[in-house]
Amino acid sequence: MNATAKTRIVGAPVPRKEGVDKLLGRALYVDDLERPEMWHGITVRSSIPRGKIRSIEFDACIDWSEFAVVTAADVPGKNRIQLIVADQPCLAENAVNHCDEAILLLAHPNKHKLREAAAGVKIEYDPLPALFSIEASERGDVIVWGEDNLLKSFTLEKGDVDSVWANAEHIIEGEYRTGAQEHLYIENNGMIAEWNAERGVTVWGSLQCPYYVFKSLLAVFALTEDKVRVIQTETGGAFGGKEDYPSTLACHAALLAMKCGHAVKMFYDRMEDLAATTKRHPSRIRHRTALDRHGKLLAMDIELATDGGAYSTLSSTVLSRATLHAPGPYACANIRLRSRAWATNTVPYGAFRGFGAPQAIFAIERHMDEIAAAMGLDPAELRRRNFLHTGDKNTTEQEMREPVILDELLERALVESDYYARRAGFARENPTSAVKRGMGISAYYHGSGFTGSGERTLNSLAGVEVTREGVVRVLVSNTEFGQGTNTALTQIAAETLGIHYDDVTMAPPDTGIVPNSGPTVASRTVMVVGKLIERACLQLLAALGEHAELGEKFTSAEFFAACDRYRAARGKVESLCRYEAPPGVYWDDEKYRGEAYAAYAWAVQIAQVAVDMVTYSAEVEEFWSVQEVGRVLHPVLASGQIEGGIAQGIGYALYEKVVLQNGRMANNQMTNYIMPTAEDVPPIHVYFEEIPFTHGGYGAKGIGELPHDGPAPAILNAIRDATGVGVCSIPLLPEDLFKALIAATEFEEPAVL
Amino acid sequence: MSQARAALHFTVNGEERVVHVPPMKRLLDVLREDLRLTGTKEGCGEGECGSCSVRMNGELVNSCLVPALQADGACVETVEGLAPEGKLQALHLAFLKFGGAQCGICTPGMLVAAAHLLAHNPRPSLAEVREGLAGNLCRCTGFVRIFESVLAAAHGNDAAREKIADAG
Repeated sequence: MNATAKTRIVGAPVPRKEGVDKLLGRALYVDDLERPEMWHGITVRSSIPRGKIRSIEFDACIDWSEFAVVTAADVPGKNRIQLIVADQPCLAENAVNHCDEAILLLAHPNKHKLREAAAGVKIEYDPLPALFSIEASERGDVIVWGEDNLLKSFTLEKGDVDSVWANAEHIIEGEYRTGAQEHLYIENNGMIAEWNAERGVTVWGSLQCPYYVFKSLLAVFALTEDKVRVIQTETGGAFGGKEDYPSTLACHAALLAMKCGHAVKMFYDRMEDLAATTKRHPSRIRHRTALDRHGKLLAMDIELATDGGAYSTLSSTVLSRATLHAPGPYACANIRLRSRAWATNTVPYGAFRGFGAPQAIFAIERHMDEIAAAMGLDPAELRRRNFLHTGDKNTTEQEMREPVILDELLERALVESDYYARRAGFARENPTSAVKRGMGISAYYHGSGFTGSGERTLNSLAGVEVTREGVVRVLVSNTEFGQGTNTALTQIAAETLGIHYDDVTMAPPDTGIVPNSGPTVASRTVMVVGKLIERACLQLLAALGEHAELGEKFTSAEFFAACDRYRAARGKVESLCRYEAPPGVYWDDEKYRGEAYAAYAWAVQIAQVAVDMVTYSAEVEEFWSVQEVGRVLHPVLASGQIEGGIAQGIGYALYEKVVLQNGRMANNQMTNYIMPTAEDVPPIHVYFEEIPFTHGGYGAKGIGELPHDGPAPAILNAIRDATGVGVCSIPLLPEDLFKALIAATEFEEPAVL
Repeated sequence: MSQARAALHFTVNGEERVVHVPPMKRLLDVLREDLRLTGTKEGCGEGECGSCSVRMNGELVNSCLVPALQADGACVETVEGLAPEGKLQALHLAFLKFGGAQCGICTPGMLVAAAHLLAHNPRPSLAEVREGLAGNLCRCTGFVRIFESVLAAAHGNDAAREKIADAG
C-alpha cells in the first residue's frame, strides 16, 4: 500500500475501539476482577536505604498460621527480575539497596487484615552508607553497585572537538538539571496470579509488556514457556511506568499464589505505588559549545549524567536515548558526548514517556536560549541557522534521508503564536507590571522505535486471523493503555483488508493467544507493528485470492465467505509477518555509528508564560505545538496524545517535584505531589504537518513520546524572556523560582515589589 | 478490629438497596465490593483525584471519603446510572466523538462530575467546565478533549469548537 494513497478508515475519526466499555464503566481493570477463593497480598518493604538484614521477627500477637508468608527462600528459580542486566532481586535476600525494597510478602483471605500484619513483621538491619546523588555516586568513596557505581556509559566522538576551541568566536557553557518525575497513572499497579502444579503460573494485570512479565516469570519460577501465561487487563494509564515494574509485581503475586494455593490479588494503594515504583531519571547535563560569529555551531562537548537508582533496570537504554537526543536537532561537525548512568540508593528509576529525551532536550534547548542571549541573537534565528536539513548527517553519521522540515515547523509555530508581536507587546508591558510575560521556543526530534539494532533484535511477529464467527482479530502483544493501540491497529487492518472497521477486533492481550510483537514502548507500535499488520493483511488477501477465489473487488460478506472457503480447504485463516529492517540500514553497537532510529518525528513548541512577581508562580497561558509525525492515522487520538503529553510536560516543568528524604519519597501522596488539573492546563493549539514515512504503518512515525519532550525548555525559555533570568533546573515551583530570581537580583531592589 | 455490621438502606441508580456492612466502610468499597458496581474507581483514596466521584443526594462527592453510615437513606448515582440499560446518552456520545476518554480510569468519575455540572448549569462556559471538573484528575488527555466533549454535549458540536477556539 502506498503510504500516501487515499484511505477510507485510516485518517478518519472512527470511535475508539474499547471506548463504549470505558464510558459505561464496564471496562474491567485488574481491581475490578475477582477469582474464586481469591486471597489478597501485601508487601513488607525495607525502611532503610542500604544495609544488611540482621533479623526478621513476627509479632506474637498475630496468628500467622492464617497467612501465607513468602521470602526470597521461597523462590523456586532465579531470584532475579529479567530485564537487560539481571541484577534486581525479586525479593531482597540478605541486604537491601533502597527504601521500600520488597523483602517479604504476606497473603490472607481478608484484605483488611493485611496492613496490621505487615506492621507486625519486625526487620532489624545493620545499616551501610548510602548514596543519594549523582555527585555522591561519582566520588566513588562508597561503592553501592558493581566496581565503580557506574551502571552504563557511552562515549561518542564526531569530528575533532578539541581542534575548535582555540579559534572559536564564542564559547558558551551551561549546566542543566532535571528532577525525578512520577508517572501518576490514575490506576495504581495491580496484579492477580494463580499457580497450579500442572498448568504453571497465570497472571492478569495492569501492564504494558506481556512478554517482559513472561520472561521474568519463566526465570523466577524455573518454568517452561507452556507453563506461563500473562494477560493484560484494561490498563488505566502507564506512560512507561508499567514497562518494567509489573514483572516484579507479577512474580510477587505468583509466589504468594504458589504458597497459599489460591489466586492472589495485589493492588497497591497510591502511597505504596508512589514510594515503591519507578520514576523518571534525574539528570545533570553540561554543555560546552563553540560558535562562529554568525552563531553557527562549531563544536558541542556534552557531559550527561543520570541517577539510575539502586539497580540497573532500564538505565542503560534510557541513557542511550538521552545521549542520542542530547545535541538537539542541529547540524554540527564536531560533537563529543560522554554520558554515564550512576547507581544510588533510591528506588530504581525507569521508563517514562520520552525515555531520557526530555532530560536531554531540556538541556540543549535551554542552552540554545542562553547562547542566543549571550550573542544577542533572536532565539528563533539561532535555531534556524543551525537546524538539520534533509541530507545532513547527525551525531551518529546517520544521513537524514527522509525530509526534514524544521524551518517550516518553526515558521508555522511563529506565525500561529504571533510570536514576535506578542514578545514585543510583553517587552513594553513588563517593566511596569507585577505580572511579567514571555514567549519561549523548543525545537527537537524524537527517534521512533527501538534504538539502533533494537528492532532487529526484537524480531517482532504480528498478524491477523479470521475467526469462524466472521471477525478479523489483530494478533499482537502490544497493549492499549489509553494511547489508542486498539483503534489504530484495527484501523490499519480494516483499511488494508478492505472491510468495515466494525469487522475487526483485537485478540485478547494474552501470551497464550498472541505472538510476541515486542513491547509497547518507544513510540513503536503504530510505526513498526502497524506496518507488520499492514503487511500481514496484504499477505492474507494474496492467499485468499490464490486459494479462495477472492476477487479484486469485494464486500465484507464476500471477504468472510472467501475466508470460510479457505478454512474449509486449508485450515485456520491466519497471516503473520516478522519484522524486516528498512533497506540500507546499518548500526554499529560498539561505535554508536549509523542509523540510530529508523525515523524521527519533529516538533517546534512555543509557550506563553506569565510570572507573578508577587507570588513567584509561573503559569503557562497558552501553548502551540507544531509537529511532523508522518501520517496521522486518527486526528482525534493524535491530538489527544499531543495535548496529554504537553500537560505532563507542563507538570514536569512547573508542578511535579519528587521530594526524597534519606532516599525515600517523602511526598508520596496526590495531596503533595501535584500534577496539572483542569484549571491549570492552558489552551493548547496543535498542528500537524504530514510527511508519510514509507516504512511505517500507513506512513506513520512515532507520536506518543514526542509532545512530552519540549514543554519544559519552552516554558523555562519563556520565563527567561519574561524575567531576564535563565533558570537551568526543573521542576521550578514558586519557591524555586523565588530563589532563582532573588539570587539573580542579589543586592538589588526587586524591580516591582 | 471490630467487624460489627449495620444495615445500610439506600437508593443506588434509582434502585432501593440494603447491605450489611461495617458502618465506617467507605461508600466506594460498598459500591464496588457489596454491590459489584465496579465502574466507580479508586485512584488515590484521599479525595484528590476524583476517580471515585458519585452523586449523593444531588451533591458531587468522593466516595472514598464517605463512610457507609453517612449514605444511609441517601440517593446515590454512579457512572452505571448515567446510562440506563446501557444506552449511551449525549454526554457519552460526545466523549466518544471528541476523544474524552483515553485510558478510561478517570472516565467514570469525570462523567459523573460532568453530568453533575450539566444538571446545575446546562450551558456552561469553558471556564465553568474547567471549574466543574477541577476535582477530577486525568493524566492522559491534558483535559482538552474532555472540555470539548462536555461543551459539545451542552451546546452541540460546532459551538463547542468555537468556545475552545475563542478561549485560545
